[in-house]
Amino acid sequence: MQKWRATRRLLLNSYSSKSLFHHPRSNPISDHSTTISRSSSGFESWTSRIHYRHFATAMIQRNPAFSTLNSDDINYFKGILGEKNVIEDEDALLFANTDWMRKYKGSSKLLLQPRTTQEVSEVLKYCNSRRLAVVPQGGNTGLVGGSVPVFDEVIINVGSMKQVISFDKVSGVLVCEAGCILENLVSFLDNQGFIMPLDLGAKGSCQIGGNVSTNAGGLRLVRYGSLHGTVLGIEAVLANGDVLDMLGTLRKDNTGYDLKHLFIGSEGSLGIVTKVSILTPPKLSSVNVAFLACKDYSSCQKLLFEARRRLGEILSAFEFLDNESLNLALNHLEGVRNPLPPSMHNFYVLIETTGSDESYDKEKLEAFLLRSMEGGLISDGVIAQDINQASSFWNIREGVPEALMKAGAVYKYDLSLPVEKMYNLVEEMRTKLGNSAKVIGYGHLGDGNLHLNISTPQYDDAILAQIEPFVYEWTSKQRGSISAEHGLGLMKANKIFYSKSHETVQLMASIKKLMDPNGILNPYKVLPHSIISYS
Amino acid sequence: MKIMVAVKRVIDYAVKIRVKPDKTGVETQNVKMSMNPFCEIALEEALRIKEAGMASEVVAVSMGPAQCVDTLRTGLAMGADRAIHVDATGPLYPLSVAKLFKALVELEKPGLLILGKQAIDDDCNQTGQMVAGLLGWPQGTFASKVVLDKEKQLATVDREVDGGLETLCMDLPAVITTDLRLNQPRYATLPNIMKAKSKVIKKYTPQELNVEIKSELEVLQVTEPPKRKAGVIVSSVDELIDKLKNEAHVI
Repeated sequence: MQKWRATRRLLLNSYSSKSLFHHPRSNPISDHSTTISRSSSGFESWTSRIHYRHFATAMIQRNPAFSTLNSDDINYFKGILGEKNVIEDEDALLFANTDWMRKYKGSSKLLLQPRTTQEVSEVLKYCNSRRLAVVPQGGNTGLVGGSVPVFDEVIINVGSMKQVISFDKVSGVLVCEAGCILENLVSFLDNQGFIMPLDLGAKGSCQIGGNVSTNAGGLRLVRYGSLHGTVLGIEAVLANGDVLDMLGTLRKDNTGYDLKHLFIGSEGSLGIVTKVSILTPPKLSSVNVAFLACKDYSSCQKLLFEARRRLGEILSAFEFLDNESLNLALNHLEGVRNPLPPSMHNFYVLIETTGSDESYDKEKLEAFLLRSMEGGLISDGVIAQDINQASSFWNIREGVPEALMKAGAVYKYDLSLPVEKMYNLVEEMRTKLGNSAKVIGYGHLGDGNLHLNISTPQYDDAILAQIEPFVYEWTSKQRGSISAEHGLGLMKANKIFYSKSHETVQLMASIKKLMDPNGILNPYKVLPHSIISYS
Repeated sequence: MKIMVAVKRVIDYAVKIRVKPDKTGVETQNVKMSMNPFCEIALEEALRIKEAGMASEVVAVSMGPAQCVDTLRTGLAMGADRAIHVDATGPLYPLSVAKLFKALVELEKPGLLILGKQAIDDDCNQTGQMVAGLLGWPQGTFASKVVLDKEKQLATVDREVDGGLETLCMDLPAVITTDLRLNQPRYATLPNIMKAKSKVIKKYTPQELNVEIKSELEVLQVTEPPKRKAGVIVSSVDELIDKLKNEAHVI
């Protein structure tokens, strides 16, 4: 058994280094992806996980205007950053070239790890003058292929810039560098009696610079709002190396155009965020989590309506999962068990309250839940009695993406839709795909954000053809967003018109042209290729 | 047969503990409290025994200030039938608790007394053993498996000991203290929480039970353990030996 495992591992490594997957890129094939799957016995299930799905549309070709790296460039970088922080080693590059979902793989030959804003500035200035394309990278946990190179872009990873610069205990304003991992910031703030205003499943790896650049949403948005509200200042480096110091710590500052909002959510295409100043809420002592079962989707909606009214200011999270999501999590995650006594429920809701008075909050939550149960909105539920139980409920909800990865191939969609219509899309997809795929829906019901995921054993173009553009058109008809929080990245770079008008996108393109005339920052992503013209 | 279960209100297992600046104890103000994890396991075992038809009633008992009632409510929400709160302010050390349990056992006459093996705040691991001694009952501590024989009134207990597992067979009534691997406690479901509101919590004082609480123990000081120092990379074997001899004093 051991020998077989070792052989499998060797073959696996040889697949990745042989660059078998690079050929499809040079000859643009049809729309959508090419599936690479080996069906030799035994290896199928393993290699099917390591799919490199190439978004080889007829239009993506490497932009010939970008230069290629030469040894002078490498020496120059070594001069600025030092030998250790200029990485050409293939194994180290493999990780930086591949996204978390293992759907997108670039072929960058160079990874740079600057330690200061000055270094980032010098690197970018040089790249701009040489017309070298770059990919800003942080924790590399993005889900739309925005954090990895498409071709041979130079990867600029700010992970080494991880200092907390200052923290004001009175106002709760935290100033830190962009490479700080979210979970580390949470621990730091915990000691001070504060929390981060955002929380997501990727917190162990994602960095605040990336969170800001993608305007990450997460589990607490319903209570603390989006990063556009909580980020007070940003320091960013523009494509030409100019350092833009907008690192204010003021709650109110109406002096001129508030440019930091351009960087929040532009996914590294307008500048590299190097420092962030963020307003953190105080840590309140009483956190209660309840895991509930509802018989149908309309009960979930009514529950949300009631929760907003009865729980009011203490509501801090409202998530939902359908039955299929729960089963997936229970089957594929370790150490996870069903909080409710086994029974057929169609929907599950996770409610979290955060307040300052333990007994008052618990009473309020219990009263609300019992009333909802008597009213028929909830068919069953449990309330966590200690922190471990609360964590175990969250592990279920936060673990669904991981469970999906373990189950095989995933087609992932992140949509903002009117709450009443949200689940209709899941049901329509389910009918459309029938037995060929498992369709699950879960997400931030409190924010009207559905995570629609279609799980199949392998990537399959026929299935993809039934999903897209149907999902996008459906969303567009409801005037929803085809990317609620994940961003556009590479995956949805040409899809923006489903949610934004032509005039709007034209203005975006003009701004991009103004701020990054050579188009070196994260090219091929965010904005449609038809709109961006490279001079 | 009645089962009596001891539950203790302690600082939540997942909370980061801070020592009070005056070093008289640990910070408990504004800190999340919950049921001792071993007590949860004890209660879960009692509930399972009742569900298997071997017991008629499960009574949860907690001792301490008024807030203990919260922990008892959790116990009732998990499925205990009634609860008893012994109201006592001031520190309660294991011997006092054991004496109080003796008094309660003489009142309630349970066939089985189940406790957690130790509380996570003091880690004493004494109460179960002391009660068994005071009552003259057999004890099965660190239980990782409990099997009851109703007809013969026996309990077979697998104990987790240093060398492995030891199996004891004892007559009922007996004292059992639970270890981690005995079971996985259930969550408090809403229907049970609803039912718990109408369940009775009886209050006693130590005076009513004829037990005098005196502690022969006095806490002098509570300090944090010394912070772990960063390791040192030595450059040669000689330096290593020198450090081991002259700094660490281990050779």
